[in-house]
Amino acid sequence: MAVATPSFESAPAGVPERSYFASVGAVFEHFWLLYIRTWRGNVIGNFATPTLFLLAMGVGLGSYVDKGSGVGMGIPYLQFLAPALLVSTIMQGAVFEATFPVMAGFRWVRRFHAMHATPITPAAVVGGFIGWLAVHATLVGAIFALVIVVFGAARSVGVILVIPVATLTALAFATPIAAFMAGQRDTNAFNSIWRFGVTPLFLFSGTFFPIERLPEVIRPLAWLLPLWHGADLGRALALGTVGDDPFRHLAHVMILSTVAVLGIVWMLRTFRRQLEGAR
Amino acid sequence: MGSGGRFSLGTANGGSIKSPMTDTLDTAAPAAPTASAAPAQAPLISARGLTKRFAAFTAVDAIDFDVAQGESFGFLGPNGAGKTSTMRMIGCVSPVTEGKLSILGLDPTTDGPRIRGRLGVVPQEDSLDTELSVRDNLVIYGRYFGLNRAEATRRAVELLDFVQLGERAKDKVEPLSGGMRRRLTIARALINDPSILLLDEPTTGLDPQARHLLWERLYRLKQRGVTLVLTTHYMDEAEQLCDRLVVMDKAKIVAEGSPRSLIERYSSREVTELRFPAGVQETLGAELEGLGDRIDRLPDRVLVYSEDGEAVAAQVHARGLVAETMLVRRSSLEDVFLRLTGRTLVD
Ligand SMILES: Nc1ncnc2c1ncn2[C@@H]1O[C@H](COP(=O)(O)OP(=O)(O)OP(=O)(O)O)[C@@H](O)[C@H]1O
Ligand SMILES: [Mg+2]
Repeated sequence: MAVATPSFESAPAGVPERSYFASVGAVFEHFWLLYIRTWRGNVIGNFATPTLFLLAMGVGLGSYVDKGSGVGMGIPYLQFLAPALLVSTIMQGAVFEATFPVMAGFRWVRRFHAMHATPITPAAVVGGFIGWLAVHATLVGAIFALVIVVFGAARSVGVILVIPVATLTALAFATPIAAFMAGQRDTNAFNSIWRFGVTPLFLFSGTFFPIERLPEVIRPLAWLLPLWHGADLGRALALGTVGDDPFRHLAHVMILSTVAVLGIVWMLRTFRRQLEGAR
Repeated sequence: MGSGGRFSLGTANGGSIKSPMTDTLDTAAPAAPTASAAPAQAPLISARGLTKRFAAFTAVDAIDFDVAQGESFGFLGPNGAGKTSTMRMIGCVSPVTEGKLSILGLDPTTDGPRIRGRLGVVPQEDSLDTELSVRDNLVIYGRYFGLNRAEATRRAVELLDFVQLGERAKDKVEPLSGGMRRRLTIARALINDPSILLLDEPTTGLDPQARHLLWERLYRLKQRGVTLVLTTHYMDEAEQLCDRLVVMDKAKIVAEGSPRSLIERYSSREVTELRFPAGVQETLGAELEGLGDRIDRLPDRVLVYSEDGEAVAAQVHARGLVAETMLVRRSSLEDVFLRLTGRTLVD
């Protein structure tokens, strides 16, 4: 039986160490490949979510709100809701990407372990995965922004700036959660994160109603809610009101960036520990 | 089949066997004197006092071994012996706790990624991407080694033929059988044309037919000059594939040599296995004494080691012992293991 044995004569005798960015690119490519494999369903979902939300909440609920006392800024509820909803939807998507796919990567599919058996370092795994999170968030955010424009819910071109705000908010959430999920052995934590973290934040971070409507005593707590920073900043950019209180918005950026950076540092630790310590 | 071009396809016998020189890591960079100055006969892998601890638990306890270019080297041992822990250190994914380890003349602590670039790894636990197609699994893996898409795809097609999965290229990994997945993992491990192939229990859990197909493919790679390092707890696998092996037990190496030399050293030529009806074995004492060179009493049978198993069988008859079954066979690594550790290999 003459079976061909592969022989790659072009292979170099030695492999020089690859640049960090080339490695990050390969990791990114893996996740991109997983995404485009089902891109139709993904993109349809990415359009459907904002459409449904804006219809139900913005148009439906909004008509009641606008007939009543309104949101108090002299703008329709739809325009008030849309940018903050963009930010919090993108945040939720990123949290999801930071839970199941991370656990799968370490425990079920083990694709992170497969990567680490090659010249890819744990730091490159982290870099590529974060790159994927950011690109994915930006992509979904852009689709959301498009839907906002179609709904006539964009007050200014500032809506474009909401997209990077959403991406930054997404990273501030996804990186610490990914770092945490890396060490988890089962999905119990996932349920807790959703029930006690994401859902309450989604409801109380000033997305659906101004934080000023909360009782005076608990209002300062908003500063502790990471989503509020993104929602408030995104809304101000969309409405063109950033200039009214520039320091507050600068603080938003600083706080979100700090959390994201800390999340990345934590990820570098837990991803390395998983890859080098686990079986 | 065309053999022209940069990427040529060797045949089973006419394939290019690499010269011993080409496999020591020898980069173009002149600033790597340690690698290029290594003599041709230096071992590809060398471990001295290699130790792995998990907290207070010692999984690998100061083991020494060398693996030469083109050799097929095995770690044989029962569950928990420390085989995977050792393989993961060689694979540069698990830091060495203590001792010295050198692979392709490089130190895993400082040169892990470069070494990994020259290794092919078949891990004990599958890490195929079940959500991607068979071919995409190989292509993306090639990308991790810096191959461009076209080259990675070309190699993927060829390797899938090599492991007889060409027809499944577009299928998902999910529905593949265990044996197919193992073959796919081997194909994936070959995408970078590795100098050393690390196989951690390549055939555990496979049916005999799947195992033989896999052995045949591995044997072909061995003929081509690929250095194989494998772990197994199947003695027949070790006998089939390994030029040389170490027997591991409880984190330590307890013996080292070729399968044949190990059998010669630690066992006799033949073994006579006696099974007695329930309850009878316990009553036998002096009746068994003096049979063969040595006797091992296992819970379910008695093993008699000798140069001539038939002669022992005749002796058994002459003594009037009635065994339920009596079997004369050649001595195997299983017997070596039993002799060395007092336990059977597969429990
Ligand atoms: N990450 C880890 N943390 C703690 N202990 C570990 C870890 N990995 C392995 N061990 C322990 O080290 C010992 C050796 O394990 P190892 O996986 O190396 O054995 P093995 O020879 O490969 O066994 P098997 O045949 O079952 O695969 C075992 O007792 C195991 O429980
Ligand atoms: Mg093992």
